[in-house]
Amino acid sequence: MEIDTTTKLTAKDFITDQDVRWCPGCGDYSILKQVQTVMPELGLKREEIVFISGIGCSSRFPYYMETYGMHSIHGRATAVASGLKATRSDLSVWIVTGDGDSLSIGGNHLIHLLRRNFDVNILLFNNEIYGLTKGQYSPTSPTGKVAKSTPMGSIDHPFNPLALCLGAGATFVARSMDRDPIHLREILKRANEHKGTSLLEIYQNCNVFNDGAFEVFTEKSSKKEEALFVEQNKPLLFGENNSKGIKLDGLKPIIVNMNEGNISASDLWIHDEKDATKANMLSRFFDDVKKENHLPRAFGIFYSEDRYCYEDALQQQINDAISAKGKGDLNDLLKGKNTWVVNNLKK
Amino acid sequence: MTYRTEIVKQVVIFFAGDSGDGIQLAGTQFTNTAALLGNNVSTFPNFPAEIRAPQGTLAGVSGFQLHFGSVEIHTPGDAADVLVVMNAAALKANLQQLKEGGVIIANSDGFDAKKLKLAKYPNGVNPLKDDSLSKYRLYEIDVTKLTRTCLEGSGLGTKDSDRPKNMFVLGYIYWMYNRKLDATIEFIKEQFKKSSTLIDANIKVLNAGYNYGDTTETSMNRYEVKAAEVSPGTYRNIIGNQATALGLIAASSKADLTLFYASYPITPASDILHELSKHKNFGVKTFQAEDEIAAITSAIGASFGGSLGVTASSGPGIALKGEAIGLALMLELPLVIVNVQRGGPSTGLPTKTEQADLLQALYGRNGESPVVVIAASTPSDCFYTVYEACRIAVEHMTPVFFLSDGYIANGAEPWKFPLENELKKIEARFAENKLAVGEKFLPYKRNEKLVREWAIPGTKGLEHRVGGLEKENETGNISYDPDNHEFMVKMREAKIQKIADYIPEQKFDQGKEKGKLLVIGWGSTYGSIKTAVQESIGEGLEVSHIHIKYLNPLPKNIGSIIKNFEKVLIPEMNNGQLIKVLRDKFLVDAIGHNKIKGMPFTAAEIKNKIVEVLQ
Repeated sequence: MEIDTTTKLTAKDFITDQDVRWCPGCGDYSILKQVQTVMPELGLKREEIVFISGIGCSSRFPYYMETYGMHSIHGRATAVASGLKATRSDLSVWIVTGDGDSLSIGGNHLIHLLRRNFDVNILLFNNEIYGLTKGQYSPTSPTGKVAKSTPMGSIDHPFNPLALCLGAGATFVARSMDRDPIHLREILKRANEHKGTSLLEIYQNCNVFNDGAFEVFTEKSSKKEEALFVEQNKPLLFGENNSKGIKLDGLKPIIVNMNEGNISASDLWIHDEKDATKANMLSRFFDDVKKENHLPRAFGIFYSEDRYCYEDALQQQINDAISAKGKGDLNDLLKGKNTWVVNNLKK
Repeated sequence: MTYRTEIVKQVVIFFAGDSGDGIQLAGTQFTNTAALLGNNVSTFPNFPAEIRAPQGTLAGVSGFQLHFGSVEIHTPGDAADVLVVMNAAALKANLQQLKEGGVIIANSDGFDAKKLKLAKYPNGVNPLKDDSLSKYRLYEIDVTKLTRTCLEGSGLGTKDSDRPKNMFVLGYIYWMYNRKLDATIEFIKEQFKKSSTLIDANIKVLNAGYNYGDTTETSMNRYEVKAAEVSPGTYRNIIGNQATALGLIAASSKADLTLFYASYPITPASDILHELSKHKNFGVKTFQAEDEIAAITSAIGASFGGSLGVTASSGPGIALKGEAIGLALMLELPLVIVNVQRGGPSTGLPTKTEQADLLQALYGRNGESPVVVIAASTPSDCFYTVYEACRIAVEHMTPVFFLSDGYIANGAEPWKFPLENELKKIEARFAENKLAVGEKFLPYKRNEKLVREWAIPGTKGLEHRVGGLEKENETGNISYDPDNHEFMVKMREAKIQKIADYIPEQKFDQGKEKGKLLVIGWGSTYGSIKTAVQESIGEGLEVSHIHIKYLNPLPKNIGSIIKNFEKVLIPEMNNGQLIKVLRDKFLVDAIGHNKIKGMPFTAAEIKNKIVEVLQ
């Protein structure tokens, strides 16, 4: 009888013998810790798990996970993972990538992975900066960002990553942050449960080159006002003591004060992960926090859809071909349809 | 009516017309019929890059050259005996291919004022009507009119009635060469199985073309080309790209690995993807990736998981794959990279042939990045060579370049195909966990071949991480240690050179092992060099020929072979690439013979050079 050892695994079993080399205070430490903590709860064997990354600070991640792993090349983790999953649907495949890796040099592979819906998990560490190359603006840096390559401020308009992913046909889109371990662990589990590509954007602080980029969402003093945590079938509430809500005025989301008069929770926008329209609107809660009356930034699962996975359809076509034609016979293949015989009669 | 039937040993027919005229199809059909009758054949399709270039123009001319005979045939022929032209542009573009005294079969409808103008003939000039073609035997047939007449009442519109023109011509050529129509009729039935009207129309026109030869009072002779005396056995016709696809399936099957083939559409490699996608019942997984980089990196992902990862492209696409090839060689995983070369640089000449990517394959990456490079020499050799590429990739855990080119990829020849059990076994082994308690797995520990183990995900206890960063010897951990880096660079080179112990020594194709002149070729120049050397030896010249399949590592005896000759001649369809490699390795003062015209060498071009060098 085979002894099931998976239940005995703990977070420690996922720590490697390699020294972790991120800068002290980097948000990546927290994310690594949460992933290592969640892993034993997923019911997976270590040898079935593969972490694949590209290039960048976050992409060192696989070296620190005691699973199979590949630190590939810049932007291509998504494509490497596609080939792996296409041939090994039995594996639990995790892609670790950053905003430069997945949205700049690897943007093409990201959108194509999402539309194909391989059953893999993408952890997109967004710190709005290039860290490993020492501080250039990234495709998610806000316009005007002063960085090494933009002394007068960036003139690039930034990507809205979740809107982009929804546009690419993603079947699972979520956002969390490095500084909220409980929320991050919960969303990691949900990402793993989703059958299809799970895209989880994690706001991650780069304390060396872009310190405080997300502090309004993560720090106690402003988190309640600026961060909106969405949960399935629950109204969109935020603010101190949930004093504010989001209501739909036609197609326009508006902030309402729950303490004022006749507004009740049932009047509010009720979150529904299955609603693509609402998910798209939610992804557009992307205002500059300095703007007056701006909408809060949403965290949680924006969207979740059941759609067939590429690897399953690929295998299905093979099964169908075998049913229709029989399992391939190499001799028949080499022979082809038309042959002729040359006899040794001439001489 | 009776005709004189002349027996000939070999014939070159050149079919030419608009790219929408069905020239390639007519050529392919004649090839199959000739092959089925036991002739030796060699073909060379030559088409424009535009799918439908403006009708009637010189840019839109599509050609198909077919050489068949009862004698040995290694090239599509230097010059044509018969030139079939569907319009004025086709004549103008290809007349120089025709031998003096050769036959022109011209569709006279393609020579009206408009078509003559499109072909840029001066006002009032019609080559069919002046005596400019008096050196040739000209037969005019109004193919368009005869095809339309034949299909009156068939229910087809004018446009559809014009389409089977190629069948009329084909039928006529079948008559000329005493061929049966059976194979083409079968093809028509299969091709148009959704429309009995089209089946009937095409067969009717094909027969009409044949009967036209039989019933008209042309002074045309008929010809007979007897079956070739070839080694006994069962043969089929094979196109290079098709052979590549079959070789990949055969290799994956013999290695018992899933074939994962990822590519991005590109001329002239796409046909491999098309062919493989037809054979899903072999468990073949084809993946049309979003770009060249995704194609190769997904193949690397598949190899990491224990499949046979293969990617294919042509020069421009290979350039995009460069960084990932470097990754694969750092990961030391099996990977086959197919390059069906075309004219370069940049977009270059997409539909024309060239062998100018040898140096790209050998050296075209950052850092010290040795990979195996092997090249096919004929259409059917694509099968054996790509099979060998897979064997080396799997058994030596390395990326392997398989080089083909547009000429052999689209060319066809008869193939005495092997049986499954005649193919060399490919040893694919995954690492097993044999670690003692507390012992750590060393992913970069090597065996006597200097090859590391293939430890695939799912294997308990062998969890490990790989990547593109320099790694410490044996452990595979990231290492910036200076001595370790130098050691690993030399180790990766040594590993590739070690493969020379596991490949055959170089053999002579023809000629003595010592003498005045050694001709060294690689890739698709094989047929022309072989023919040229054969003729030269026949005329008493002291010349030998070796054709190198293994370009890195080279067979161990190349250096000693070269030393036995006074002169070395290296013909290449590039500006001199193998010559640089051999000069570098053996300090040999070789003579280059280079043709960079997007066209293969003729045998005569090589023979003339042999004669010149020996003077």
